[in-house]
Amino acid sequence: MSHTSNTTTISTAGAPSRRNTELALLAFAVIIPCFAYANVGLALHGEMPSGMLGYGIGLGLLAGVGHLVVRKFAKYADPLLLPLAALLNGIGLVLIWRLDQSPRLAQLAKNQGFKFVPSAPNQMLYSALGIGLFVAVVIFLKDHRILQRYTYISMAVALGLLIAPMFFPAKFGARIWITLPGLGSLQPGEFAKIVLSIFFAGYLMVKRDALALASRRFMGMYLPRGRDLGPILAVWALSILVLVFETDLGTSLLFFGMFVVMLYVATERTSWIVFGLLMSAVGAVGVASFEAHVQARVNAWLDPFGGWGKSAASEQISQALMSFGSGGVFGAGWGQGYSDLIGFAANSDFILGTVGEELGLAGVMAILLIYGLIVERGVRTALAARDPFGKLLACGLSGAFAIQVFVVAGGVMGLIPLTGMTMPFMAYGGSSVLANWALVAILIKISDTARRPAPAPAPSPDAEMTQVVRP
Amino acid sequence: MNKPVRRIAIFCGLLVLALMLRDNWLQFVQADELKTNKHNHRVDIARYSQPRGNIIVDGQEITGSQETNGIDYKYKRTYKDGPMWAPVTGYSSQRFDSNQIEKLEDKVLTGDDDRLFFNRTVDMITGKGKKGGDVITTLNAKAQEAAFKGLGDKQGAVAALDPRTGKILALASTPSYDPSTIAGANDGAAYTALTKDKNQPMLNRALRQTYPPGSTFKVVTASAALENGLYKDVDSKTDSPLPWTLPDTAGVELKNEGNLPCKDATLREALRVSCNTVFGKVSADLGNKKMMDEAAKFGFNKPIDTPVRAVPSIFPKDNRPQNAMAGIGQASNRVTPLQMAMVAAAVANNGKLMEPYMVDKLRAPNLNVIEHHTPKEMSQPLSSEHAQMLQSIMETVVESGTGTAAKIDGVKVGGKTGTAQHGVDNSGNPYAWFISYAKTDNGSPVAVAVVIEGDDNTARDDIAGGRLAAPIAKSVMEAVLKTEK
Repeated sequence: MSHTSNTTTISTAGAPSRRNTELALLAFAVIIPCFAYANVGLALHGEMPSGMLGYGIGLGLLAGVGHLVVRKFAKYADPLLLPLAALLNGIGLVLIWRLDQSPRLAQLAKNQGFKFVPSAPNQMLYSALGIGLFVAVVIFLKDHRILQRYTYISMAVALGLLIAPMFFPAKFGARIWITLPGLGSLQPGEFAKIVLSIFFAGYLMVKRDALALASRRFMGMYLPRGRDLGPILAVWALSILVLVFETDLGTSLLFFGMFVVMLYVATERTSWIVFGLLMSAVGAVGVASFEAHVQARVNAWLDPFGGWGKSAASEQISQALMSFGSGGVFGAGWGQGYSDLIGFAANSDFILGTVGEELGLAGVMAILLIYGLIVERGVRTALAARDPFGKLLACGLSGAFAIQVFVVAGGVMGLIPLTGMTMPFMAYGGSSVLANWALVAILIKISDTARRPAPAPAPSPDAEMTQVVRP
Repeated sequence: MNKPVRRIAIFCGLLVLALMLRDNWLQFVQADELKTNKHNHRVDIARYSQPRGNIIVDGQEITGSQETNGIDYKYKRTYKDGPMWAPVTGYSSQRFDSNQIEKLEDKVLTGDDDRLFFNRTVDMITGKGKKGGDVITTLNAKAQEAAFKGLGDKQGAVAALDPRTGKILALASTPSYDPSTIAGANDGAAYTALTKDKNQPMLNRALRQTYPPGSTFKVVTASAALENGLYKDVDSKTDSPLPWTLPDTAGVELKNEGNLPCKDATLREALRVSCNTVFGKVSADLGNKKMMDEAAKFGFNKPIDTPVRAVPSIFPKDNRPQNAMAGIGQASNRVTPLQMAMVAAAVANNGKLMEPYMVDKLRAPNLNVIEHHTPKEMSQPLSSEHAQMLQSIMETVVESGTGTAAKIDGVKVGGKTGTAQHGVDNSGNPYAWFISYAKTDNGSPVAVAVVIEGDDNTARDDIAGGRLAAPIAKSVMEAVLKTEK
């Protein structure tokens, strides 16, 4: 830890707080979605949408509240995280509203016997709740190191969150929801991501020396002792269980990936990565060999158009691919695409398809860059953090965020087999929006601590006494 | 702990980079392929998002577009006199793709054709929607009506050509169907009913169905005889014994229809009364190779694109007795009605066969012509001299032979009847054929071929082409002659 200072922004001289930069960026993050919103309205109905003013004010208010709270309670926080998240959230709202206008999706809902309910107002509510959670975390989490005290409670909570969906009926082929009658449903996996990273960070911080040093050298690699293998085996087993019982490839991959990333950061042992990759390969292949649900996804990935008319999974992924292809380089323009042909989950897991079709290659690249920036700001926070727990936590959270983006975007674009996960901030879904705002809030707190100027050394009582004697 | 953190940063960067590369692959490299993928519903949505251009006959639109309130499609294709024009237009369906002119000229009709680029750009700048161009056909509405009404509720087809240019004047097929009934997105039941109908109403018999040609093929055999110098003219006696046995058989006699004066008959007499023995022997004397060559010159053995593709008419390689039978159109040779109209047209046009076509012009929405078809010569199956000899004997057929029903006052009409047996031991209902042309001082404006598939209610002897098919040919010719004036 001794050589961190030359690579970070910390200095005792006091870094600029960059709060005004954040405010300026936030203004863009509000204005861009407003323009987008107006664009959709003009394209679809030939007039400015009636909710335009309310939407603009709402988004502006949320962003403003977020900013003020950060200004007051996390003065030295990273200036990019909040505007980037707000921008994605705003664009996501416009995309969801745009898909609400699709008569095709309304018809689809009707044909399936549902009443079509527009999703945008709900998403607006979730966004407000998300900002609320963000504000609460920024205000009440005085120091992220407090979380370290709850290492084992976190483990218990995470296990509970992960296991809970097994007792609820499967929805859309995956068992990842907790349904509360009258209240709606919750995706505990999204929250488990955060809670679990707290547990990993706390656990690894304590055990890192044992894991890193007590090892034998074998074929150029440091092999961990048998008893130290315990934790990684346990997490691996847990993720396999999630995969088998909840048929949720994405969550399983996410947790295991996050754990391997954090283990590597804690121990600096490459052998853990090799082990991790081997184990996830074995797990994935093993489960795919008997899980029909996973097999269908893999087949749809290998030959999306081959399964046309035979498998809904194939058809949906081919629809998504055609959405991207039809968008081309510059896209069809807001409101002028046909990404609603994707049908089910067009505004959640597949929301990137709408970006691809209406904003084109240019738009998708921009969105991916924004996600990339969020991740890199998170990792930068990890670099800057002065305590190992903060480092591990920031690294774990940003790693998980990156893996989630990769798994869902890669799935939708046919790069890897599709797994049911949501695009953070953009996709429709309360759990996802809430959890990701909490995630950003924790990163903001860590970065605030990291960038906060070190307290000036206490004045020595002897200072007055020292005299410089000039000859 | 910072070294691994940096590596994790690189790893996350690589994840995003992989997504970006994949996205470039999808949206740039593969974009066109995905855009036009056959499963891509956007193609159909775009096709019906504005009124299609029209198919035009004699200045009148025979198609239209109707606004609908469907989710996917804004407009639906409509057809005027759909059943009558279906063999020309084909269909354009929101659910079942399209065919024939609707498919082949789709780019012009939707306005996507490269030659309409300027129009599109101007319309875009001036804020008008994209418009489709029109397809102007060569068809003659009166002739088509005569053909379609003449066929009535019988099963059959008519093809009529302008021998001088190859313009298709009439193209009728019955039973037919109304393409309007399958144009919509919800017309699945109608489509299924049509495809399952055992009378095949969607089959374009004029272009896509082949029949044994029967005695009408004797015109081809006669021209082969003249062209190959087997007989020098049509009025000298041929070397035709009666009875005549098929070559390479143990005394199987080729019979004539009744007791006809066919012994050593001239070609004129043989065609007038339709002697099987004379033409069977001509084919046998010339041999399979020469017969195939002559048939090929008339357009056999290859598909013909009008631009709607007509299936190839066949004159196959065969053994000697079969080849002799093919000379009278009763072996494995098969023809489309269009092919037989081409045979009549080649004779009428003094031996020159013009390429048949039915799209005359393609017209941009601003009425500029973007393509004008020029008539092309396809081949010369027989010399002008021989063609005139054949005309003379075909005219005899109508004047005093089996084809008198096609006689038109004041106009020279040449023709040939045919009654084709088919099925195992000729058990199928025979086909009645008639091919003919009319000739005025300006050359021949029309050649026509009519085929009628007999049904169970038709008496077998009643089917002879002269009685069933010739009157239809006559009314088609009259319709053309009337509009010609």
